[in-house]
Amino acid sequence: MQLLTAFASGLVFGVGLILAGMTNPAKVQGFLDIFGAWDPSLGLVMGGAIVVGAFAFSRAKRLRRSLLDAPLYIPEPRRLDKRLLFGSLAFGVGWGLGGFCPGPALVWLGTGDAKAAVFVLAMIGGMAIFELLQPRAK
Amino acid sequence: MTIDWQHFTPWASLAGGLLIGIAASMLLLLNGRIAGISGVLGGLIAFRQDQPRLWRVLFLAGLLIAPLAWAMTGTLPEATISADYIELIVAGLLVGVGTRYGTGCTSGHGVCGLSALSLRSLVATLCFMSSGIVAVYVVRHVVQASGV
Repeated sequence: MQLLTAFASGLVFGVGLILAGMTNPAKVQGFLDIFGAWDPSLGLVMGGAIVVGAFAFSRAKRLRRSLLDAPLYIPEPRRLDKRLLFGSLAFGVGWGLGGFCPGPALVWLGTGDAKAAVFVLAMIGGMAIFELLQPRAK
Repeated sequence: MTIDWQHFTPWASLAGGLLIGIAASMLLLLNGRIAGISGVLGGLIAFRQDQPRLWRVLFLAGLLIAPLAWAMTGTLPEATISADYIELIVAGLLVGVGTRYGTGCTSGHGVCGLSALSLRSLVATLCFMSSGIVAVYVVRHVVQASGV
């Protein structure tokens, strides 16, 4: 059952990204182009998603297990650190440069687009570099 | 600042955002998992073997199949990718490394984290928005304007 709901969630997420305009890198860059001709659309994407998500998280915080009786993996509050700051800054540079963030890139890969495929391969490469740089747990 | 009214799509973007919120809520309340795309994908390629993987594969399969599902009911919208292949490789590497060190991307921090009122996610979102704005400024108004 949980596998089915995971698939359904991914599908709805992907359709939402297409409808929202997030799969068009030019539109994403238009949102980040506040010094040029600014397209505020993606602010509404985040706003709409957060309004719904806020209900779910306030509900989840009062649950011990998920509605399908799975453990809840909600990150504990942690301190701000350099990894968070520099990681997020680097992500933003890549996001602005390519116009893709991870979700829309994967969705657009689903259309068979060669540029999306190159971006996704490089992104997986970047994640593998991160794994290689991690100290191994013994 | 000038607003680009020609490309502004308030209703479609709001509706798409609501769907993204519904999808993230489903994964959280039913599966107990955060719908952060970089985290779902990163957990799949992590070397730790104790991570359950199949739900990750199916969530990502849902994302990949979304264009096909869309195409059954209508025409897919256009996507204009102005970056060339070299720029896309650099961008992809930065997104991959950055989201893993920063423990999240636009969905994990920007949607889920802000929905959960997390301070870390707020700081992360402000960081990637700011550096994204700087990157687009350089690409659109420095590099292209000077014709390099």
